[in-house]
Amino acid sequence: MLSHLPILQVIIPLLAAPACLLLDRGRIAWAFSCAVAIVSLAISLSLLHQVSGAGPLSYELGGWDAPWGIEYRIDLLSAYVLLVVNGVATLVLVAARSSVAAEIDEAKQPLFYVLYMLCLAGLLGIIATGDIFNVFVFLEISSLATYALIALGRDRRALWAAYQYLIVGTIGATFILVGIGFLYSLTGTLNMADLAQRLPALAESASVYAAFAFLVVGVCLKLALFPLHLWLPNAYAYAPSIVTAFLAATATKVAVYLLLRFHFSVFGASFTDPVLPLEGIFLVLGIAGVFVASIVAIFEDNIKRLFAYSSVAQIGYMVIGMGIGSATGVQATLLHLFNHALMKGALFLALAAVVYRLGGANFSHIRGLGRTMPLTMAAIVVAGLSLVGVPGTVGFITKWYLVMAAINGSHWLLVPAILLGSLLALVYVWRIVEAAYFSEPVAGTETCREAPLGLLLAMWLLVIANVYFGLDTRLPVAASDGAVRLLMGGAG
Amino acid sequence: MNAQLALQLTLVAPLAGALLIALTGKWPNLRESVTLATSVLLFALVLQVFAAMGVNHDPRELHIDLFELLPGITIALHSEPLSILFAMVASGLWIVTSVYSIGYMRTNNEKHQTRFYTCFAVAIFGAMGVAFAANLFTLFLFYEVLTLSTYPLVAHKGDDNARRGARIYLGVLLATSIGLFLPAMIWTYAVAGTLDFRPGGILDGNIAGAAATGLLMLYLFGIGKAAVMPVHKWLPAAMVAPTPVSALLHAVAVVKAGVFTMAKVVIYIFGLDFLADVPNEMWAVYIAGFTIVSASVVALRQTNIKRMLAYSTVSQLSYIVMAVVVLTPYSEMGAIIHIVAHAVAKITLFFAAGAIYVASKKTEIAQLDGIGYRMPITMAAFTVAALSMIGVPPTGGFVSKWYMIAGAFQLDSYFVLAVLATSTALNAAYFLPIVFRAFFRKEAGDGNLDHGEAPVPMVAAICVTAVLTLLVFFFNGPLVDFEQTIIGGFQ
Repeated sequence: MLSHLPILQVIIPLLAAPACLLLDRGRIAWAFSCAVAIVSLAISLSLLHQVSGAGPLSYELGGWDAPWGIEYRIDLLSAYVLLVVNGVATLVLVAARSSVAAEIDEAKQPLFYVLYMLCLAGLLGIIATGDIFNVFVFLEISSLATYALIALGRDRRALWAAYQYLIVGTIGATFILVGIGFLYSLTGTLNMADLAQRLPALAESASVYAAFAFLVVGVCLKLALFPLHLWLPNAYAYAPSIVTAFLAATATKVAVYLLLRFHFSVFGASFTDPVLPLEGIFLVLGIAGVFVASIVAIFEDNIKRLFAYSSVAQIGYMVIGMGIGSATGVQATLLHLFNHALMKGALFLALAAVVYRLGGANFSHIRGLGRTMPLTMAAIVVAGLSLVGVPGTVGFITKWYLVMAAINGSHWLLVPAILLGSLLALVYVWRIVEAAYFSEPVAGTETCREAPLGLLLAMWLLVIANVYFGLDTRLPVAASDGAVRLLMGGAG
Repeated sequence: MNAQLALQLTLVAPLAGALLIALTGKWPNLRESVTLATSVLLFALVLQVFAAMGVNHDPRELHIDLFELLPGITIALHSEPLSILFAMVASGLWIVTSVYSIGYMRTNNEKHQTRFYTCFAVAIFGAMGVAFAANLFTLFLFYEVLTLSTYPLVAHKGDDNARRGARIYLGVLLATSIGLFLPAMIWTYAVAGTLDFRPGGILDGNIAGAAATGLLMLYLFGIGKAAVMPVHKWLPAAMVAPTPVSALLHAVAVVKAGVFTMAKVVIYIFGLDFLADVPNEMWAVYIAGFTIVSASVVALRQTNIKRMLAYSTVSQLSYIVMAVVVLTPYSEMGAIIHIVAHAVAKITLFFAAGAIYVASKKTEIAQLDGIGYRMPITMAAFTVAALSMIGVPPTGGFVSKWYMIAGAFQLDSYFVLAVLATSTALNAAYFLPIVFRAFFRKEAGDGNLDHGEAPVPMVAAICVTAVLTLLVFFFNGPLVDFEQTIIGGFQ
């Protein structure tokens, strides 16, 4: 049984999706998918435990040997990302019940859970597989589910946002497919480990560079790396609140994982050095993303959009870590992947609670809410401080590693850029604090009550995780440290 | 009780107090009892730590590793003479301020009193953490706790003015700490591999030349709570807070946390001997000296009592910063004593300003004509504290100034002497006219004439701190003996 965990990790949610379809009630579908998510989370915990003890796990699908058959390969990096995705997906799902009931038609609720499970299965598949074509398949599974999930939003603009994302996402997926095609025609293999072995012999050929370029640009579209981020704010703002929380905390993380995988494991970190200063490009785009998106966020009125832009900025930090390229830098990226999932999960769940009670999340809605929804607003404050990077929260841990990497790598200009970015985050977070705590409520919101229990529970678990992992950093630091060694070792 | 436990409880007590205050919010009398009980308990705990320290001055004696935050970075507490001093000042004056606050908040019918007392206790928790931090990282953690927990206190009134002031307050403090202090700390860790406070410092041999100067400047401006110009703007902005906040936090806990951090960095991170070799180290002295004089000049031109006191605080804080970076043993001693002397004197001045406001609603200096006859005790205390600001015996301010001047002679620095002399004159120029106004001018006909002293708890608090100002003068001997172990005696 234990040896089948890598495939069970993917197949259980994948099979749960059609099973959900058979459950015609929203509540039952919710309970069922919660149970599935918890099982899935347990599997990922067990996988992480196995991998950190015994090294990478390889699972051959259907018993076919690796280069020919499809291999599922769980190493420390994938186990770590699996845990992040599963953890947040489970918590968001626990919170989902009341918010989904309020925002989505009764008839469509089971479908929502079907899509959620499909999307989760797709994301997990991308991480678990060791086969590059399989990556594309799962990417499409998760993407198609995502488009539909976004389109479920109550606002009619959700359709437009989903369409926008569909176009961009399809371009991204096509690029990735083209890249995979190039690689296959050059090497005759689709297995990532195999590719990594064969590529050095072919390096410095234009076709390999083209394949790499297609893959990286394709992934960066999914990642919403500035300036390819234009789909993201609308998608996050108009999707159902729960979907926003889920996507913000997981989908972009998986794209970061893919980028790391391609860049470090498959091609090798120094692959592009002869033709292109890729790390420099990452640095520039990362910094530009941090600044542009943060500044836009400062002037947003819709708080969901505000945090969507903040997500673009935070993705900038992850890319900066890769751009620095040192072990500490990549570790900062991995830590931020974990940390950002915790922050944005908590923030978007809190916003889901606000939307649930008030029907929207603009600044006019949250005025004076510190009094009427104290727990929800306190969650936004703590998670917001984490976003800023105040010590004692996970955000600080990221900042510490990033700045340390910048100093060690003598990127002196990067240090003020990173810290200035935090201060911009402070500005937009503090706009919310002032509105919630030091403004008089708008008429009609005085009687508003605290969020439903399920939402509060999940939200506060994430908030506590923000503080807990900001103080007890052993798990993410050890896991990311091991993952980095794996990535960098593969590269060297 | 064993000292280890007492040391940990100094952090637990105010935090538990904050929780209880929040829970007892519905019953004001119970809530205030909790505040008072917590403050007394906390002071007793600090004394307990002190008693254990008195036996043995070795800082390694009391050292507790709480947990490891990042590989190589531990959240740890320790106790050494400087931390004891700061903790005693902050916790002792918290008792007095609590008594004073009860009078002030109730007479003024302030709203959100539960939030006020809760955040106050959390701020004290932050101050205790700063005091007993065993490494720079732990200190930084609590430094930020102190910043964030005082924000609601500054924004207390919630009107546009208070929000604007609080925004500047938080903005400057977080911008300096995240933008300058944090990178300085990470840089220190990157070169030294540790952030522990060690006698003699940790940077010697790890950094040199212009880089070391740069690091010193990052610390000097990054520790925004020390309010060296130009990062002093938050302090006048914070004056929108209720007066007890200005008194304890912006004359004692927060600002002293700033200069305390500066002293810790200079003594235990750089080390006095190493810092003396850092090129252009005197720049720090010049910057602090400039702040002393120019803040005094600005204070001279203020018309609002609290704003004048704020600029006076900016100036007095830089006395401490300057004395710390002069690096001679006598000046270090002057800095340490001035932490206490300025704390008790400035809190008295703020208490007096708050008492005047509560009794008569007066906030401007020009309105104070003849007020000494209506509020003789308050104004007498004000006078004592003002004399301490100027540095006249028999007040605490004289003792610290004595050591600072001695320190300047050890360095043969005429710049420092000139700054001290000029500033003394300027202090006299803005404090004495107020005393003169209060006692020697006829009351103007307008305004509320029908008032006496402020409520009893407030007057009592004022008397206590004024007496303390005098006691620092008379009993400075034990203080000096205790603290000189930090700098290894006088050469």
